[in-house]
Amino acid sequence: MELLSGAEMLIRSLKDQGVEYIYGYPGGAALHIYDALFRQDDVKHILVRHEQAATHMADGYARATGEPGVVLVTSGPGATNTITGIATASMDSIPMVVLCGQVASHLIGEDAFQETDMIGVSRPIVKHNMTVRHPSEIPQLVKKAFYLAKSGRPGPVVIDIPKDMTAPNGRFEYEYPEKVSMRSYNPAVRGHAGQIRRAVDMMMNARRPVIYAGGGVVLGKASQQLTDLAHELGFPVTNTIMGLGGFPATDPQSLGWLGMHGSYESNMAMHHSDLILAIGARFDDRVTNATDKFCPGARIVHVDIDPASISKTVQADVPIVGPVDSVLEEMRSLVRESEEQPDQEALGAWWKQIREWGQYRSRYHYEQNGDNIMPQEAIQALYRVTKGDAYVTSDVGQHQMFAAQFYPFDKPNRWINSGGLGTMGFGFPAAMGIKLHMPEQEVVCVTGEGSIQMNIQELSTCKQYHLPVKIINLNNQALGMVKQWQDMNYESRYAHSYMESLPNFEKLFEAYGHVAFTVTRREDLEPVLEKAFAMKDQLVFVDIYVDPYEHVYPMQVAGGSMKDMWLSKTERV
Amino acid sequence: MRRIISILMENEPGALSRVVGLFSQRNYNIESLAVAPTEDPTLSRLTLTTEGSDKVIEQITKQLNKLIEVVKLVDLTEGSHVERELMLIKLRATGAQRAEIKRTVDIFRGQIVDVTSTVYTVQLTGDGEKLDAFIQAVGTMGVLEVVRSGVSGIARGEKVLSL
Ligand SMILES: Cc1cc2nc3c(=O)[nH]c(=O)nc-3n(C[C@H](O)[C@H](O)[C@H](O)COP(=O)(O)OP(=O)(O)OC[C@H]3O[C@@H](n4cnc5c(N)ncnc54)[C@H](O)[C@@H]3O)c2cc1C
Ligand SMILES: Cc1ncc(C[n+]2csc(CCOP(=O)(O)OP(=O)(O)O)c2C)c(N)n1
Repeated sequence: MELLSGAEMLIRSLKDQGVEYIYGYPGGAALHIYDALFRQDDVKHILVRHEQAATHMADGYARATGEPGVVLVTSGPGATNTITGIATASMDSIPMVVLCGQVASHLIGEDAFQETDMIGVSRPIVKHNMTVRHPSEIPQLVKKAFYLAKSGRPGPVVIDIPKDMTAPNGRFEYEYPEKVSMRSYNPAVRGHAGQIRRAVDMMMNARRPVIYAGGGVVLGKASQQLTDLAHELGFPVTNTIMGLGGFPATDPQSLGWLGMHGSYESNMAMHHSDLILAIGARFDDRVTNATDKFCPGARIVHVDIDPASISKTVQADVPIVGPVDSVLEEMRSLVRESEEQPDQEALGAWWKQIREWGQYRSRYHYEQNGDNIMPQEAIQALYRVTKGDAYVTSDVGQHQMFAAQFYPFDKPNRWINSGGLGTMGFGFPAAMGIKLHMPEQEVVCVTGEGSIQMNIQELSTCKQYHLPVKIINLNNQALGMVKQWQDMNYESRYAHSYMESLPNFEKLFEAYGHVAFTVTRREDLEPVLEKAFAMKDQLVFVDIYVDPYEHVYPMQVAGGSMKDMWLSKTERV
Repeated sequence: MRRIISILMENEPGALSRVVGLFSQRNYNIESLAVAPTEDPTLSRLTLTTEGSDKVIEQITKQLNKLIEVVKLVDLTEGSHVERELMLIKLRATGAQRAEIKRTVDIFRGQIVDVTSTVYTVQLTGDGEKLDAFIQAVGTMGVLEVVRSGVSGIARGEKVLSL
């Protein structure tokens, strides 16, 4: 058997795990590892400019592919800089493995130079974390980390690696384990047959059903099964913002997405339904509004791989713990075998009602404001120019909502946003992580002038590794989402929600060796976007000055039910 | 309602802090906690008591089960069970009080495990109520120090919590 040092074993384990790229930043406690990286070519390392960006790069890659992204950082500040990115991944159940240097074992607890208790600091925001206690454990721990990150409900896993564990002088027999098993960890592999049968019975007897499909459908790679089931039943489908593309947005059965800024028809359909089929969604407060007023007439079937997601905020009538793909498959075969059929007349009347809602307030509705470019039309232009087929990452704010509303996604894994934590600064590095792995694909980050400045240093990384992503800045010259809340709840007292001195973005991007265009007139919008996307080899920033007064609508009325919404600045239903 | 949750978990560093961390992170409350290795040295047994509505208790058990090191758990209060707590209590014992304390200890089936000319140290086991009752009974006689182990519990009959 081969004899390797701890650091060499770490890198070899990554290679044997099939890892091609890792993202990171070096420092004292990680230097043995960096030296081992230097002496091989299989695992490629991308040097970011801030560790947070490394986590978002890994995260973007993971969201686009389903494979865990890998981050390598040093102890102390290197490790703590990853916290926001780990929390972002954790909230959205994204598989990630974070390798952190740590001070040498004999120094732990002594407030040694760059010592942080990373196990303690990261504990509440990881799926699991572990410390290397002997170099020979490294292959086993790496295998475990990947297994935990990816299986069941995915999530981030941290490995803390004291410096002496990777010292070059120790030599250990290397073998990468083929599999791991853990007596304390056995995620469900299929749903309870009796419960699935009960659910199908309820589906057959529903008169006003809605399928409410979440991020679990994307994570569980079950969009085909979901689409097939929905088509076979003829039921309407609404997605969460995390589930976009899990059901094709341009399918006639799609109602768009639901929740705080969801479509009128989705929220109305949910509220008036008699059966909600929740698939890989977690009844988040951005979706349900006040839970005591939530969908009063609906019975709820809830499919989720994590039992703790079920009946956490809203009580389920039929809980089904299991992976979406196999549960949906079983539902489909029961539906096919079933002698019963949903009452077509009732379903027809239900669809008629839903179409009326859709006509009352189209999900693509917005109003013009003089000559100003509306943020919605900028997204629609982006959709046309990219033929609706780009990987779209987003930052957090109004632009995120407009992108989700006006760029209908027909495929899963194409819409990449921080939903649960809502991390400004996420979008750009996430786009970089995707572009790196899929250089042939169009990857675009929709951002705001607030968010983009939260990881703008990565322009330098893009130059170094040639990552020609496109960045679409919906420039409303304010922290728009905050400003909207201040308009609605604080009589337009704009406490620190505007940007008093924006940089000259054109010069800034040029300084980093990239290209930037500014758009201020409607007639330039599409031509400039065309020009930007034609520049295949360039990172291009398109700074679009949009209407600074626009709000995101619909917007649920706080404390109300799902059907209580503002539809414009003056219309409340 | 008060619950006794008994957990079998990997006897690994950090496992306990994960359980305790979960309670503060999710705003649950721990009333008492007792933990020690089992006959299988790779496993620890942790017993905790907590209070909450059925919904909260359901979330607590689900969230605990999600912790990677938690192998199995049971809510002992769902079935019949035995519940015990150990108390060591140091009492001022001088003059006539010495006999009085001795008598009370006997009534409660406790033991005096350490004696000086002015102090008795008493050991007592039972459920929480019994220990409370003892403290009340000797209350006027000068309690110097109370140490309680936290509740341990086990199901009655054939039921066992094991791998
Ligand atoms: C400014 C802002 C506004 C927002 N407004 C909205 C809004 O209006 N509407 C909206 O929907 N969201 C909105 N969000 C996002 C929101 O905060 C939540 O992130 C989102 O609603 C959660 O989506 P989800 O329920 O699909 O759950 P996810 O976080 O995607 O969780 C997935 C669920 O699926 C389960 N799962 C994972 N894998 C599997 C599998 N293989 N099989 C079965 N189950 C699986 C998981 O256990 C989990 O319960 C907003 C966010 C921001 C930042
Ligand atoms: C790191 C972080 N800090 C603060 C917030 C709160 N927040 C949510 S949206 C928003 C404004 C975003 O402004 P911008 O990026 O310009 O987007 P816009 O809303 O104008 O489209 C803020 C500050 C956040 N989500 N993330």
